[in-house]
Amino acid sequence: MSGDYLLSVLNIALIYSILAVSLNLVIGFAGLLNLGHAAFFAIGAYTSALLTLVGIPFGIALPFAGILAALFGLLLGATSLKLRGDYLALATLGFGEIVRIVLKNWDGLTRGALGLVHIPRPSFLQFTVKSPFDYFILYFIIALVSFFVMKKICNSPFGRTLKAIRDDEIAATSLGKNVFRYKVTALFIAAFFAGIAGSMFAHVITYIEPNSFTFLESTIIVAMVVLGGVANIKGSVIAAFVLIGFPELFKFVVQVWIPFPASAQAGIKMLVYGLLIIGAMLYQPEGWGIRKLVRKKSEGNA
Amino acid sequence: MDFDIAVQLILNSIIAGGIYALVALGYTMVYGILKFINFAHGEVFMIGAYTAYVAASKLPSETAWYFAWFLSILIVVFLYFTVPLPRTFQLLKKYKIVYPLFIVGIAFLVAKALTYPFYYLGILQFPIWLAVLPAMLVCCLLGFCLEKIGYRPLRSKERLSLFITAIGFSIVLQALMLLIFGSEIRSFERAAEQGLSFLGASITPTQVLIIFISILVMVLLQLFLKFTKTGKAMRAVTDNMLVANVVGINTDKMISTVFIIGSLLAAIAGTLVGVEQNLNPSMGISVGIKAFTAAVVGGIGNIYGALWGGYAIGFAENIGIWFIPSGYKDAIAFVILIVMLLFKPTGFFGEKGEEAVRA
Repeated sequence: MSGDYLLSVLNIALIYSILAVSLNLVIGFAGLLNLGHAAFFAIGAYTSALLTLVGIPFGIALPFAGILAALFGLLLGATSLKLRGDYLALATLGFGEIVRIVLKNWDGLTRGALGLVHIPRPSFLQFTVKSPFDYFILYFIIALVSFFVMKKICNSPFGRTLKAIRDDEIAATSLGKNVFRYKVTALFIAAFFAGIAGSMFAHVITYIEPNSFTFLESTIIVAMVVLGGVANIKGSVIAAFVLIGFPELFKFVVQVWIPFPASAQAGIKMLVYGLLIIGAMLYQPEGWGIRKLVRKKSEGNA
Repeated sequence: MDFDIAVQLILNSIIAGGIYALVALGYTMVYGILKFINFAHGEVFMIGAYTAYVAASKLPSETAWYFAWFLSILIVVFLYFTVPLPRTFQLLKKYKIVYPLFIVGIAFLVAKALTYPFYYLGILQFPIWLAVLPAMLVCCLLGFCLEKIGYRPLRSKERLSLFITAIGFSIVLQALMLLIFGSEIRSFERAAEQGLSFLGASITPTQVLIIFISILVMVLLQLFLKFTKTGKAMRAVTDNMLVANVVGINTDKMISTVFIIGSLLAAIAGTLVGVEQNLNPSMGISVGIKAFTAAVVGGIGNIYGALWGGYAIGFAENIGIWFIPSGYKDAIAFVILIVMLLFKPTGFFGEKGEEAVRA
């Protein structure tokens, strides 16, 4: 295992930790189960890739990817955030799938299932980001700024209002809070950061296709939030690193003893993620910090 | 519109609609009682298709062993929940560490013993009409076990945690099938069928069978719900669980029954789809969401609604590709789902608006 390999895993983990933290803003702080987060990720990735492919520098494409994803977040939020709990989850899932199907069929723009190739690497003035280490430095800075901004948002009156809405919507309404508007704003911000993460993903992988952004991708991010703890930013980051790092570790350590075919790796990854989700829900609703999501019914039904 | 093609599209709609209706019934019945979306129901459908496939084809021995392990572990879980341990063994419960080890040991031995008969399910080639029986059996067990493992302990908790658990189950079941069978598309080995001509459209005997079986199963379900004691009790629990409990209906048992019947229907649908089209581990998600959309269109919780909803989605999808490129076929159901949830969340047959869908 070379250092470059380790760094490229870390880069992916950084991207996923931004995704997890941004989704935590929606699930953990606003209490809205969003199963379409991969759609914002995809929109960000495609926007940034297409922009840089026509020659626009990364520095401009990155915020633009975030803004376009955020606009889609606004669209999704404005239409579906009136729904409750699991219905909202299903509506967001539908949104995610629609985005993926459109990306797959819009041949003129996205080259359909073939995907976009040769996405340029980020460059600033004379300096082009090439090695995994350069990427790590750049992405570490972006991730740090993102965490800082999201942390600030969560600790602001806005974040506290979101928590209040999650815990008791009627009480929040009676205090004069425009619940709907707060929820839409939360989704807007989360979608923005998911778009940023998408842009980072596109430029580090340099190849994207619609099937990189399936429903499974969304559930992996949900698993990170659930395991890391609802409304727990640090937890989300740690969970993202663990869940991304684990399969890589598995690849090198476990396979020495038990040789698995490469095709089985995706299956094992899914199996472990699924079991972790079930286990967290069944056995550790308190311990892993998800107690807010799994409140007893008597404490109020969100 | 060309007449031949119109007939063909209508036939396709009826075929797809029957399948969606069968799966939608499982969603709607569970929702009617527990008020949560059993996201793993699509995967039960997928497992049904795979079990029928295993029974009806000659697998390489390695795959047959893997699948036999899957089945025997399922059976062991089922036995764990249904058969009480003999008294002497229960005395072991005081030894905190020995007891789980002991249970796991027994479970392993039983599972190992069970793999031998199940191995022949994969090795031997049963006729397709017979293959539906193991599929039904396995799905019943699966539905029962899912409810016992995941949903019963969480029933008193918030609904969202049930939903997330169901997503977990869905991923686990998909992963298992991915590990056993790989991601490649599989199909039943059978002779190519001669299409029959019907008003200028072509339809295979299997497709005729799908239309008739789906209608027959639905009629039987209606009769079951209307005239048998269990069916009446099920409807009573759906109507009001508390009152049903008061008049002496065992609600826990009824909930299990609902899961079993829903899974039975999913198994039939899975076998039909598997025979007519082909199988892959992610087939459950797309059919599942379409069937769920069907349930929403018909008013979730309403059994008649699920039937009409299923056919409505079938028609919308197959007629829809007249107007838009066929690549977008799968998106139609999602668009309908979102539009329905936004504008008419109670569906067209949902009688009461009491089920608040809105926040």
